[in-house]
Amino acid sequence: MKLLALFATLMTGAILLYGTMDFPAFGDPQSPAATHLATYFTENAVRETHVPNLVTAVLGDYRGYDTMFETVVIYCAGLAVVSVLRKKKPSVPENKS
Amino acid sequence: MRLLQDQTAEQKLGESLIIQTAVRILVPFIQLFGLYVIVHGHYSPGGGFQGGVILGASFVLLTLAFDQKFALKYMSEKANNILSNAGALLFTGTATLCAICYGGKFLDYSALDKLLPLGPIAWRSFGIFVIEVGVGLAVMSISASLFWLLGSNGEMDEGL
Repeated sequence: MKLLALFATLMTGAILLYGTMDFPAFGDPQSPAATHLATYFTENAVRETHVPNLVTAVLGDYRGYDTMFETVVIYCAGLAVVSVLRKKKPSVPENKS
Repeated sequence: MRLLQDQTAEQKLGESLIIQTAVRILVPFIQLFGLYVIVHGHYSPGGGFQGGVILGASFVLLTLAFDQKFALKYMSEKANNILSNAGALLFTGTATLCAICYGGKFLDYSALDKLLPLGPIAWRSFGIFVIEVGVGLAVMSISASLFWLLGSNGEMDEGL
């Protein structure tokens, strides 16, 4: 069983590595990701938001929905853990000195 | 495995003077660095998530070096819950305020210019700052409370 799992893992890894061969080269300016929106952000983000860090400008302003629901997801995780795990101690009046 | 657990429980590993003194000295600087990462997110790598995690890790470090009661003296459970709610509310509230403010769009911070005229571009920069602070507060208190609840079996007393 362990050998089968190792074989499946190796095969999946090999297929994934084979898939990366179709990726554009690292930092290629002609790649699809760098030709549509990235040029708009690099040209206009500082002028439109006055934030020198483009990552912060994109995360906080242009892609605000993404950041907002990331926060909501974390908030829901905290809410779920509190509501599932938190135990109120049995109220013993003698112990409360 | 059980034997090792019993041994460590008896010896109280972590209750060492060197570790406690080092943590006592380090924690204020860690928290200051977390605040710096949040506030300086406009100019350098960082922002709400990263700074919030650093701030939360400082409470985790206090819990590990001392115990959970000691850490809860500095950040009580009630304050922690209020901060996590306040952080999430600061983000969503700012976004909603943009929408209800004189016909602006949801999450379009330049609409807040009509509330307090600083200029729409300055408001876009300042709105990012406000939501980063909200994210930082929420991530800090939630990561600390996750550790405390999971580590103390939901009782929030002694901890590990």
